[in-house]
Amino acid sequence: MTTISTTDAELVRRAQAGDLAAFEELVSRYEQRVYTQARRITGQEQDAEDVTQQAFLSALEHLADFRGEASFATWLTRIATHAALKIIRKRQGLPTMSLEAATEEQETYGSIPHPEYITDWREGPAELATHSETQQLIDTALAQLDEKHRLVFLLRDVEGLSVKETAEALQLSETNVKVRLLRARLQLREQLTRAFGDERRRVTGGHAHE
Amino acid sequence: MNCDELLAMLNEYVDGSIDPGVCETFEKHLAGCNPCQVVVDNIRQTITLYKDGQPYELPTAFHRKLHDALRQRFTQLRR
Repeated sequence: MTTISTTDAELVRRAQAGDLAAFEELVSRYEQRVYTQARRITGQEQDAEDVTQQAFLSALEHLADFRGEASFATWLTRIATHAALKIIRKRQGLPTMSLEAATEEQETYGSIPHPEYITDWREGPAELATHSETQQLIDTALAQLDEKHRLVFLLRDVEGLSVKETAEALQLSETNVKVRLLRARLQLREQLTRAFGDERRRVTGGHAHE
Repeated sequence: MNCDELLAMLNEYVDGSIDPGVCETFEKHLAGCNPCQVVVDNIRQTITLYKDGQPYELPTAFHRKLHDALRQRFTQLRR
């Protein structure tokens, strides 16, 4: 019997030993999270379903290899990330190993657009989350990013992968991960601040540093 | 520091992965520059909004399909 208080580690151990109910409990704990990750990364419901199923099948196939160096949640996130990226590449007809064109340009901080609309938000994230239109607004803003920026943002800031893990998953240099992340954050900030910001407190006049 | 240099530091600062010496410089700047402080706050709020965002519900039919497929595979592997 499993209860809410059984740890992931214990469920994994039991699943490795052949306990189907333990494995199903693990799936139930993480299916929504994996599906959400897949939906955000692929942007499509059908692809998200395929990714989710593939991710859990893969976790099952490799369960014996899971030694617990990382948490089960982290391990599963990595598997789901790879499954999602694989489907994106396939969709674009790219060779399965790379999302990038043959040569990856070295990106710099030099050409990043500076923040324009600057003001405090009227409400904090917790309050905003209670409004029905918030989800729509944040989904739209995310969808408007270039895919290469969106992916870095999703992996780093939403899924919590490290710079190194993100670089490996996307086959980028760590510098490019950082630059793309900054672009993504600034663009999202710009759009969301226009939607949620307090117009009356907007910073006006030129704001330049020497 | 100019804007480009500040933007470069901004990422690391938000992540908490900034070099201590650079952090001090950046924080000094923030203390005297309200717009930059607001931008830092905006970014933190932006990240929180997405991170804590509403999860998507699995479609019912898919949920069933997923569990059936996994149950089947689990049994196969354990045979």
